[in-house]
Amino acid sequence: MSDITKQSLSELVENIKSKKLSSNEVTKAFVERSEKSKELNAYITEDYANVLNKAKKFDEKPNLDLKLPGIPMAVKDLFCTRDLRTTAGSKILNNFVPTYESTVTQNIWNEGAILMGKLNCDEFAMGSSNETSFFGNVQNPIDKNLVPGGSSGGSSSAVAAQLTPITIGTDTGGSIRQPASFTGTVGLKPTYGSCSRYGIVAFASSLDQAGPMAQNVKDCALLQEVISTYDEKDSTSIDFKRNEYSKELTKDIKGKKIGIPKEYRVDGMPKEIEDLWKKGIEYAKDCGAEIIDISLPHTNYALPTYYIVAPAEASSNLARYDGVKYGFRAEGENLIDMYEKTRSEGFGAEVQRRIMIGTYVLSSGYYDAYYLKAQKVRKLIKNDFDEAYKKVDAILTPSTPSSAFKIGEKTNDPVSMYLNDIFTVPVNLAGLPGISIPAGHDAKGYPLGLQIIGKAFDEQNILNIAYAMEEKINFKNNITDWWVK
Amino acid sequence: MSIDLKTIKHISKLSRISVDEKKAEKLAGDLNSIFDFIEKLNELKTDNVEPLTSVAETTLKLRSDEVKSKNLRDQVIKNSPKKNEDYFVVPKVIE
Repeated sequence: MSDITKQSLSELVENIKSKKLSSNEVTKAFVERSEKSKELNAYITEDYANVLNKAKKFDEKPNLDLKLPGIPMAVKDLFCTRDLRTTAGSKILNNFVPTYESTVTQNIWNEGAILMGKLNCDEFAMGSSNETSFFGNVQNPIDKNLVPGGSSGGSSSAVAAQLTPITIGTDTGGSIRQPASFTGTVGLKPTYGSCSRYGIVAFASSLDQAGPMAQNVKDCALLQEVISTYDEKDSTSIDFKRNEYSKELTKDIKGKKIGIPKEYRVDGMPKEIEDLWKKGIEYAKDCGAEIIDISLPHTNYALPTYYIVAPAEASSNLARYDGVKYGFRAEGENLIDMYEKTRSEGFGAEVQRRIMIGTYVLSSGYYDAYYLKAQKVRKLIKNDFDEAYKKVDAILTPSTPSSAFKIGEKTNDPVSMYLNDIFTVPVNLAGLPGISIPAGHDAKGYPLGLQIIGKAFDEQNILNIAYAMEEKINFKNNITDWWVK
Repeated sequence: MSIDLKTIKHISKLSRISVDEKKAEKLAGDLNSIFDFIEKLNELKTDNVEPLTSVAETTLKLRSDEVKSKNLRDQVIKNSPKKNEDYFVVPKVIE
């Protein structure tokens, strides 16, 4: 089969289970396509020899009862993978080889999937365009010179370009949903506590969540089912009854109440986004959902809150990079000098900026004015959602305020870069699940996404709504393989 | 409000990140524009609001105090940029 890489994850699983395809055939196809796609710069570390070996071994004694039997998969380079370099997109971890495995990736390998390589991302997941990576820009397969979104930009690029059947990203303020929206793919940020954070390089611990990035909703549901487990190694992992999301997936969403928050009609929102949203509302109605106007009055305060909370937690989490225990070290005249030089040379500009913001807002004399204030506003933002969910089952919004922008377009203006996450950040602050699905194109032909936000632990419901709407939308990605060599 | 170069130097010291004059000026500009944006929060009255520290409304689980992984010394030290047998090596700190 020459069109192996065009198949969805669900089709590949079906074909391996029915022995129409072997793991070796599937793996070879994705490795070959990845090798021809170097121009996208989606990978930081390739592990092709290893994955081909393991695929052959899988075929010798295939366990076809597994959920991901012999499926090759590349993952964001923020997940620690035992014996394979994990960089978090940073020079400071350039040579770091974990001696342990993240729980989320371990869950994936336990179901039969095989690691193909590590995907590019913004440094420590801090960015919205993948341009802060020490390993260079990633190109969006939709169009040359277009960012793939971020921070999970290598992941979104690789899924859209079919270099991997599916992948996982992480989302602290939109890092799964925004790149999914920019590349015409599906991305789910689960409820905080749904997927273990053990072994994920930490950015902002009260916001970080891992989640699937896929070509369609069904694949997304299948991977969510695999990665979401209670884990005693993560003290914020939550022990709740998890669904078999892919098995319980249904397009029957008749009578579901979907809220439309008026505050998301932000100033200067392009007409294309407004139109997309209106179209989304019609699709939801066509599926039998009931549309209800709601208010989330503190929406405008979410980004300023995020830019206190996330840097504060980052400055604390990144204190561990000291040039002593692991990673890059710069020589210094004494211990302090060594720390300062290591961190100055090892971290990129955006990471240093955020560490400085975080250190400032936590420093003596400023803690109450900034950090405590932000925690209080965060409470108000969460209260808004709690109030809205008394009336509705889910909320429908655009995923991003624009389509993908050009590489270099926003790098000199951090605030304009941050504004990209205006629709996704509130979801992280409230710890809720959110999914972005491709829903249309702008005038330039670039994909645009819609976001469905759910109640905490209600992933099944937003997956169902996404599944039903996906069929009505019938989105087709315009990908021409321009980069294939 | 305005973050001056002196403040930048102070934060860089606390952050253990060395900055030269040029970098300090760039950072001051960036941080000022970011803090202008953050100041929006002052529009809100929050005197009687409880701060949100965790979205997960659960209490931490207790577990028995047992050693689960043993003999990890080699793994712990494996990625150190400078080591000597079982020790991390750092610049001399005691005269």
